[in-house]
Amino acid sequence: MGSYSGWIMHLLFLVLVYLIAVLVVAAGGVYISRQRRSRLSTSSKKVMPAPPGTLTARGGEDEKAASVVTEQPPVDNVASVVSSDVEEREPPKSLSAGLSKTRGVIGAALSRMKLRGGLSEEFWSELEETLILGDIGLEISRDLVSKTRDAFRQTGLNSSVEAIDLLRRQMLADLEGKERSLTLFGEAPNLVLLVGVNGVGKTTTIGKLANYLTSRGSSVILAAGDTFRAAASEQLEQWANAANVEIVKGSSGGDPASVIFDAASRAKAIGADVVIADTAGRLQTSSNLMGELAKIHRVAQKAPGTLSEVLLVVDATTGQNGLSQAKSFSQAAQTTGVVLTKLDGSAKGGIAFAIERELGIPIKFVGTGEKMGDLVPFDPATFVDEICG
Amino acid sequence: MFDGLGNRLDSVLTRIKGKSRLSPADVDEALVEIRAALLEADVALSVTNNFVERIRSVAVGAAASRSLTPGQQIVKAVDAELVRVLGGESLKITYASKPPTIFLLAGLQGAGKTTTAAKLALHFRRNGRSPLLVAADLQRPAAVEQLRTLGERASVPVFSQPTDPVSVAKAGIDEARRVGRDIVIIDTAGRLAIDESLMAEISSISHAVQPSYTFLVIDAMIGQDAVNTAKAFNETLSLDGVIMTKLDGDARGGAALSVKEVVGKPIAFGSTGEKLEDFDTFYPERMASRILGMGDVLTLIEQAERTLDEEVTKKGASRMMEGRFDLDDFLEQLRQVKKMGPLKGIMGMLPGVPKELKDVDIDDKEIDRIEAIISSMTIDERRNPKLIDGSRRQRIASGSGVQTHQVTGLLKQFTEMQKVMKQMGIGPASATRRHKTKSNARKGRRNKR
Repeated sequence: MGSYSGWIMHLLFLVLVYLIAVLVVAAGGVYISRQRRSRLSTSSKKVMPAPPGTLTARGGEDEKAASVVTEQPPVDNVASVVSSDVEEREPPKSLSAGLSKTRGVIGAALSRMKLRGGLSEEFWSELEETLILGDIGLEISRDLVSKTRDAFRQTGLNSSVEAIDLLRRQMLADLEGKERSLTLFGEAPNLVLLVGVNGVGKTTTIGKLANYLTSRGSSVILAAGDTFRAAASEQLEQWANAANVEIVKGSSGGDPASVIFDAASRAKAIGADVVIADTAGRLQTSSNLMGELAKIHRVAQKAPGTLSEVLLVVDATTGQNGLSQAKSFSQAAQTTGVVLTKLDGSAKGGIAFAIERELGIPIKFVGTGEKMGDLVPFDPATFVDEICG
Repeated sequence: MFDGLGNRLDSVLTRIKGKSRLSPADVDEALVEIRAALLEADVALSVTNNFVERIRSVAVGAAASRSLTPGQQIVKAVDAELVRVLGGESLKITYASKPPTIFLLAGLQGAGKTTTAAKLALHFRRNGRSPLLVAADLQRPAAVEQLRTLGERASVPVFSQPTDPVSVAKAGIDEARRVGRDIVIIDTAGRLAIDESLMAEISSISHAVQPSYTFLVIDAMIGQDAVNTAKAFNETLSLDGVIMTKLDGDARGGAALSVKEVVGKPIAFGSTGEKLEDFDTFYPERMASRILGMGDVLTLIEQAERTLDEEVTKKGASRMMEGRFDLDDFLEQLRQVKKMGPLKGIMGMLPGVPKELKDVDIDDKEIDRIEAIISSMTIDERRNPKLIDGSRRQRIASGSGVQTHQVTGLLKQFTEMQKVMKQMGIGPASATRRHKTKSNARKGRRNKR
């Protein structure tokens, strides 16, 4: 058995011992802590006796881990300066004035900076904070700003406008050279599977995608693969009616994989070009549901036609958890693209940038509203401009 | 994926361990890490910056305390401050003297309002109340059908009519009075905070029905936009509390802190799963350690209690304590742990696990392989691995589709583990006492529930 497996087994064992120890020893502690819950000062950890022995066990693991050199995150002193004009950066009180579509928090902050000129430490840290506000994430924001800063130094530029332009180009470079259109060139019917966590807008996106494809001359069938959520197939059916496409439904609580298979067979029989399949929303931490998704994916691969796209639907309001979603869903179902929804709100959807940059999954479509036509192909320049004002 | 604050601070503070006091520069460095931890947990930037400033004096105090573990002191201080901010006054629901008591739910699209409405209804029904659900989401296709289905599951009637949201809400309350329901829960359409016409609409619903409680339903996965959303909804509706959904995921949930700061009202409930029962009072302590990435032991225990078979766990524990834990027991426990979800997720919840371990990608297929190898052994072999000679090894390998050296490796690993177990000093002496503690505690908790 390779060292990796041995290591996993070691780990498993630790977890196991830990779980058992926690259950046996700490159940008493939890009870006490619950009784004392009203006393806020009492931290639950304080009253929970550490399971004896786990320290020793972890110590053993520590030795292993010790050989791994801990890489210190680059401590940017600039970032440590807690800016004093936090209030200023907040969106203005009046909603109508401050949170318009075209000019979000970030855009406003950045264009304000553009006018200022001069490149103080404060400028760079504000630039970083601006990106953080767009949900791009701390690490990537730091990295983008530090690269921009290096490039800025090398080019001998001197205005903040040029610096922001460099940042924009930096971001665009990260989004370059990706296939962003749907690749529906397999043997018909081409199957498009939509996956994602609960409430991101999968069903709505399918309705809009059906309209998008039919208006471009494809014949489309919908598969109501969300057999779990109450009234999910009714919801999809209303979209099917609106987009004037056929829908294949299963029974509530039925097997989602077979609904999708049936839809593919139906599409094959009537010669439809594309099957768009819905799946139930699932949190990536639920192993059962992710297992189910992997099964749906396997069945979809074997269904008549070609599994051409697996689109991960990501809500633009999502924070850093989006990366975890993308990782897990890709593992279970090999996602080929991202649909970024709810971009008509005040959130900028920077997490999709992080997903594409870190995991290489291209953003393909953007959802901008609740109406049929509110789905457009992703355009990097517009997206980056929105973020950079 | 992200470092917990504990690990972050440890890495800063180990370098300065020798010092008896931390310099102001050390404190600054610690504050940078605190800020990073909060931002990675999606606490809003403005809230983060304010919080870090507040923690400065605490950190200086902790640093000056000549403690041997200033890092832990600071973590504790941050944790305590988080709990203080997240907790504060808890929401005590006062039922209207003239029923019904009216609850209005509002939030962005996809936050989980409809499911939450049903969960809240079930919660009240179980507390002896008679709720009525009102379906005022006429926007999203099939939202009314969804609420009807969920209402059926919760055994709570659902009122709706195909008019407009304001009329439905008003009529729902008349209906509740007519049939004598003492709680009304109004589900509304999801709306963006910047959508003026829809914000005006929910404002008129609120004016029309004069809710006793207005809750913002917010997704635990939301990022920086949480402040904008919370602010806008609070300005339009003056919220009484917040319900946080999808807490069963692995989001750090920093939005809880942002929203709490902005709204200044309690986070009343947390939603922790897809079943209608997965709905609970919000625990600030858990949220604090979750935001800090310090391991969520309480959630882990709850999850363990939900998924693990008590008898099997007990058996495993006693076998361990008797020092008789064999491969068969290992297999049995392994199958249990698998039920709890990916190993990485569990690891994430364990406190004190080094960063390096949490960062490594763990392929759960490896666990399947281990399971397959052990399953291919006979019971006798599992009890006494010494029996396994060359030809048995061959058989096990082909039975589980691996190479023989992998079987050897597994056996070697297991022997090592048994040694570790002995070193850990889990012995029969303390077993009886522990068992007592556990069963008493369990009894106590049941009684309490």
